[in-house]
Amino acid sequence: MHDHAVTWLGLIPLFPLLGAVLNGILALARAHAKEGPSRGLVGTIACLAPAGSFAVALAGFVTLLGLPAGERSLTQTVFTWISVAPLTVDFGFLLDPLSSAMLLFVTGIGFLIHLYSVGYMAHDRGFARYFAYLNLFMFAMVLLVLGDSLPVLFIGWEGVGLCSYLLIGFWHEDPEKARAGMKAFVVNRIGDLGFLLGMFVIIWTLAPSVGADGGRLLSYAFMREHAALLAPAATLACLLLFVGATGKSAQIPLFTWLPDAMAGPTPVSALIHAATMVTSGVYMVGRMGFLYEQSPVALTVVAIVGVLTAVFAATIGLTQFDIKKVLAYSTVSQLGYMFLGVGTGAFAAGIFHVVTHAFFKALLFLGSGSVIHALSGEQDIRHMGGLYRKIPTTAWTFLFGWLAICGIVPFAGFFSKDEILWRAFSTPNPALPWLPWVLWVLAFLAAGLTAAYMTRLVVLTFFGTSRMSSEVERHVHESPRTMTIPLVVLAAGSLLVGFLGTPSFLGLGPNRFEQWLEPVFATVEPGGGTAGEAPSMAHAAGTHAIHDPALEWGLMLASLALAAVSALVTWRVYTRRPEVPEKIARSFGGLYRLARDKYRIDEAYDAVIVRPLVGGSRRVLFGIVDQRIIDALVNLTGIVTRFTGHFVAFVQTGQVQTYALALLLGVTVLWLTAR
Amino acid sequence: MTQSTILSLVVFLPLLAGLALLLVPRQRVVFCRWWTLAAMTAGLVASGAALSMMQKGAAGMQLVHRVPWIPSMGIDYFLGVDGISIYLVLLTSLLGPIVVLSAWRSIGEKVREFHFLLLLLQAGILGAFLSLDLFLFYMFWELMLIPMYLLIGVWGGPRRVYAAIKFVLYTIVGSLLMLVAILYLYFAHHAQTGMYTFDLLRLYGTELTGPQQVWLFAAFALAFAIKAPVFPLHTWLPDAHVEAPTAGSVVLAGVLLKLGTYGFLRFALPLFPSAAHAAQPLFLVLAVIGIVYGALVAMVQTDIKKLVAYSSVSHLGYCVLGLFAFNISGFSGSLFQMISHGLSTGALFLLVGMIYDRRHTREIADFGGLAQAVPWFAATFVFVTLSSIGLPGLNGFVGEFLVLVGAFGANRIAAAAATTGVVLGAVYMLWLVKRFLFGPLVHEENRMMSDLNGREVLLLLPILLFIVYLGVHPGPFLRRMEPSLHATLTLSTPGPGRVETLRMLQLSTGSLRGSGTGWKAGAEGATAPRGASVPLLPATAPEFTAVVPAPGVMDQVLTVTASAFAVSASAVGNGVAR
Repeated sequence: MHDHAVTWLGLIPLFPLLGAVLNGILALARAHAKEGPSRGLVGTIACLAPAGSFAVALAGFVTLLGLPAGERSLTQTVFTWISVAPLTVDFGFLLDPLSSAMLLFVTGIGFLIHLYSVGYMAHDRGFARYFAYLNLFMFAMVLLVLGDSLPVLFIGWEGVGLCSYLLIGFWHEDPEKARAGMKAFVVNRIGDLGFLLGMFVIIWTLAPSVGADGGRLLSYAFMREHAALLAPAATLACLLLFVGATGKSAQIPLFTWLPDAMAGPTPVSALIHAATMVTSGVYMVGRMGFLYEQSPVALTVVAIVGVLTAVFAATIGLTQFDIKKVLAYSTVSQLGYMFLGVGTGAFAAGIFHVVTHAFFKALLFLGSGSVIHALSGEQDIRHMGGLYRKIPTTAWTFLFGWLAICGIVPFAGFFSKDEILWRAFSTPNPALPWLPWVLWVLAFLAAGLTAAYMTRLVVLTFFGTSRMSSEVERHVHESPRTMTIPLVVLAAGSLLVGFLGTPSFLGLGPNRFEQWLEPVFATVEPGGGTAGEAPSMAHAAGTHAIHDPALEWGLMLASLALAAVSALVTWRVYTRRPEVPEKIARSFGGLYRLARDKYRIDEAYDAVIVRPLVGGSRRVLFGIVDQRIIDALVNLTGIVTRFTGHFVAFVQTGQVQTYALALLLGVTVLWLTAR
Repeated sequence: MTQSTILSLVVFLPLLAGLALLLVPRQRVVFCRWWTLAAMTAGLVASGAALSMMQKGAAGMQLVHRVPWIPSMGIDYFLGVDGISIYLVLLTSLLGPIVVLSAWRSIGEKVREFHFLLLLLQAGILGAFLSLDLFLFYMFWELMLIPMYLLIGVWGGPRRVYAAIKFVLYTIVGSLLMLVAILYLYFAHHAQTGMYTFDLLRLYGTELTGPQQVWLFAAFALAFAIKAPVFPLHTWLPDAHVEAPTAGSVVLAGVLLKLGTYGFLRFALPLFPSAAHAAQPLFLVLAVIGIVYGALVAMVQTDIKKLVAYSSVSHLGYCVLGLFAFNISGFSGSLFQMISHGLSTGALFLLVGMIYDRRHTREIADFGGLAQAVPWFAATFVFVTLSSIGLPGLNGFVGEFLVLVGAFGANRIAAAAATTGVVLGAVYMLWLVKRFLFGPLVHEENRMMSDLNGREVLLLLPILLFIVYLGVHPGPFLRRMEPSLHATLTLSTPGPGRVETLRMLQLSTGSLRGSGTGWKAGAEGATAPRGASVPLLPATAPEFTAVVPAPGVMDQVLTVTASAFAVSASAVGNGVAR
C-alpha cells in the first residue's frame, strides 16, 4: 500500500490532550476553593477539544476520499519512542479507511456526549475534574485508533482503561463506586497480560528475520508485510491478543467489570462503556485481521466466545431492574455480536456493527441518563412507567434506539446485525462443518432475546401506569437543550447510518461500508503474493461461501420476523398482563434467580480466585514464609552470632561503628605502610 | 574543572561538605539544612556536568580519574563512568537535594549529625557507582553501610534497633564473602599474569576454571542478591524501610537497592560469565518468585510504608529478571527499571512521609477519603501510583516492557509468569489508593489535614517531570545506555567475543594487559585505534577516549580526606549511638 506522509494527524489527539491538561490545571487550582472554576470556561474547553479532533478527522476522511482506493493511507511519525534491539517503536499515526471510520464516530459521538455532559453534570462539584478525565479519555481513545503499531495502540488501550477507572470511580466518596473503578482496571489488566504476551510472541517470531538492530516489528505495516513469517505463531499470538480483547470488550470470561462500571456518571457509560472504549477489542481484532485470517482456530474461538457472550448476557439483561444494568448487559451482548462478525472473518461487518451500535447505544444510554435526571436519580424500572407523555423528546428518541437495537428495518441495527448473522451462516468452517449452523441459531436466539428485554425496558419505563412516588412524579421534567440536542442527533443517526452498509443483494448498490474498508481487510497473500502457499481461512471462505440471494432474503426476513414478534409479544404481555412475567419467573424458579444474580460469576471468582489469593498471601506467604521461616532463620543467625560474640568480646563489640573505625583505620595504615 | 577530576568532585563534594558541617556549632540547625541543600545541589550540578562531558555513543569508560594509591599492592584510586553508571549517579544526585528538602521539618534532633550522615551516605553511594578498582569499590560499599545504619538506628521508628541490626547483619554476611572472593580473584589474577591489581578491567580478563567461577560468582551474587534484594534474602528490607526516617527510605529504595542490581551488571556477570550463565535458571526463578511474591505480600500489608517496601521487592525482581535474560532488551529494561523505580518509589516514600509528618501514623485503616481533604496530595499520589504500576506513557512501563520482552526471548515460561506482576501490581497499588484516598472521610482528624505546601511541591516536581519525560521520550536515555550495555553483555557471554570487547574497554581506561601499573599505560591508550568496533554492534561503532591523568595533588587530598573521614565517621558514629 502506498503511504502519504502528512504532518497534521497529530492534531487529532493533541486537542483533547490540551483540553485535559487545561481542565486538569483548572480543577486542581480551584480544588480548595468554595466554588470550582467557571463552568462556561471549562465546558467550552472541553467541547472544543473533540470538536477540533472531529474537524481534523473529517479533513482526513475527505483527503482519503480523494485518493485512489489502493493509496488511502496517511501516516505521520512523530518520534522514535523505544528502540532497543530487536524492537523499534515509533510514536506514529496511521489514518486509513478503518481508523478513519472509527475516528469519525469516536470524535463525533464524543463531541455530542461532551455537550450532553455540560447539562448533565451542571450541578456537580467536580465539573472541571470530570471534563479533564473525559478529554483525557478522548485523547487515549484517539491514540488507540490512530496508532500505527500495537504498542501505540497499547498506550491508548491502557489510557482508556485508566480514564474508565477514574470516571467509574468519579464519585469516589462512595466506596462502592471506587471499588467498581478498581475492579474495571484490574480485570482489564488481566486481559492486558494476554495482550502483552501476544506482542512478545510476535516480537520473537519476527526477530530472527531482521538484523541485529531489529526493526519496527510491531507496526501494522511490518507485520502485514511479514504475515507469512508469523503464520506458525498466528494461533498463539491471536489467542493471547484476544484475551486482551475479552477484557477491554467485556466478553466471557472477563465481562464482569462492565455491569459494575455503571457506577460512573451516565454520559460516561454512554461514551466509554457503550460507544467507544468497549469496542476497541473488536477494532483490534479487525486491525490484526491479516493475522487472524491465518489462524482458523483463533477465528473460531473468537466467534464462539462472541456468540456465547451474546446469548448469555441477553438472558441476564432480561432479568435486571436497573435501567443502566439492562443496557450494560445489552452492550455485552451486542459486543458478542461484533466478535461473532470478526470471528467469522467478516471484519467489515463486525466494524459496521461497531459503528451502528455506537449510535444507538449512546442514544439509549443518554436517554436513560435523561430519564434518571428527570426522576431525581431513580434507576429502578419498577419505579417508573408512563413517562412517555412527561418527557416526550427523551421518549421518542429512546424509541428510535429501541427499534435500532431490536433490528427493525430500516433502523441502523437491522443492517449491521443482519450482515453478521448472514456471514455467520454462510462462512463455512472447514474443521467444524456444523459450526455455522450453531452460530447462526444462537445469534438468532440472541436477537429474539434482545427484542424481548429491550421491549420490556421500554414498556416499563415509558408506558403503562406510573409507579413513581408522588414526590418524584412532581419533579419530573424534560432535560435541557444541551441534553436533548445530542439525543435528537443520535436518533437521526440510529435511523440513517444503516444505509451506509446496505447489503448488495437488496439492489441498493454495493455495500459501501465494506467497499470503503476493502483495502484494509483485503486478504494478504501469504509469502507476499506468491502462489502455492496454503490459502488462509477467509480466503477459502471467500471462494466457498454460500451465494444464494434467496436464502439471504429468507434468513433476513426470518430474523426480522423474530424480532418483531418477540417485541410485540413482550409489549402485549407487559402492557396487558403485567402479572405474567412474574409467573414465568416463578415457574423457572432457580434458573430465573440464577440469571437475575448474574449466574453468580462474581461470587465464583471471588471464592475461587480473590479470597484464596488474599488469604493465602496474608496467612501463608506473609505470616508463615516471611515471618516464621525466613525471619526466624535470620534471627537465629543473629542469636548465634551474639552467642559467639561473647567469646571474642574483646574484638567484637557488636557496634558497627567500631567495625567501621577498624576498617577505615586499617585502610589508612595499609596505605601508609605500603607507600 | 577538567575532565579527569570531575568524577572525584562528584564523589568528594558531598564528603567534604559533610566534614565541613562538623565544624559548625550543633545548634545552628537552619544553617546545617541550607548548607547540605547547597552541597547536594552542587553535587547534582557536578553530575550534570559529568554527563555533558561524556561522549555519546561510546561504550567504554569515560572521564577516568586514576591515581596509584598503594602501588605495591596494585591498588589504584580509579574512577570512571560509562553509559550504565552515569544514570545511577544522576539519580543519586537528583535525589540528594530532594531528600534534604523532605527532612526539612521532620528531623528535629541531632540535625547536624543527620545531615552529615546524609552527605556521607551520598558520597559512599556515588563512590561505589564510580569505582573501577575493586578495593576502592569495596571500601565505598562498606562505607555506605555505616551512615545508613545510623540513620535507621538513631532517627528511626520504635523498632529501629532491631531493624538496623538486621540490616547490618544481612549486609555484612554478604559483604564479607564478597571480600574473600575479591581477594581470591586478586591472587588468581596474579598467579596468571604475575601482576597484582584490583583494576576491574584487568580482572575481567582473569581466566578461571569452572568451579572457581562458580564459587566466586556465588560469593559476589550473595552480596548483591541481599542488597537488591532477591527473594528469599529480602526480609531486612521491609523492617529497614518501616523504621527508617523518610529520607533514609528514599535513599534506600531509590539508590541503595540499585547497588545490588548494579553489582550484578558491573561485577558478577562480566567477571564470571560461565557461572552466571549456569546460574541463569536459578535467578530467573528467583526473580519471578520475587516479582509475584513481593506483589502478593505487598497486597496484604496494613502499613503503607511496608506495602511500598514489598512493592520494591517485586519491582527489583524485574531488574534481576532483565539481567538474567542475557540480551540487550533485558539489560536495557533492567537499567531503565532501576532508574524508574528510584523515581516512582522514591516519590511514594516521600508522599507517605508527608502524611506521616501530619498524622504520625501509616496504618491504612487510619485513613480513607483523603482525596476530599487533600486533593493535591491525592492527585500526586495517584499519578505516582500510575507510574509505579507501569502505565504506558509514564516511566514505569518502559522498563517493565523491555525487561519482559527480553525475558520472553530468554525463557517464555519465566516471562509469562513474571507478566502476572503487571496485574498484581495494579491490584495492590489501586487497592491501597482505594482505601487510602477514596471512600468516605471517616476519621475527623484527617479532615483538618493541610494539603501539600510549597516546599513539598518543589521537591516532588522534578520527580514528576522525569516520570513523564522518561515515559514519553525514553529514546535518548536508552540510546546512551546501549553501547555500554552491549559491551557488558558481550563480556557477560562466554566466548571469543569477550576478548575483543575487553581490549576495547581496557583501552578506554588505559588498563591494557601487560602494561605495568595502570596510569603508566597512557601512551598505549592514547595511540589506541579509534573506532575499534564492538562485536555485535557495527552500526554504532563507538569511539573511545583514553583519558589518563598524571598523578597530582589529588592523591594527597585524597589521603588526607580518607583519614579524616575515617576518624570523624567513627567519632560521630560513637557519639550519636550513645
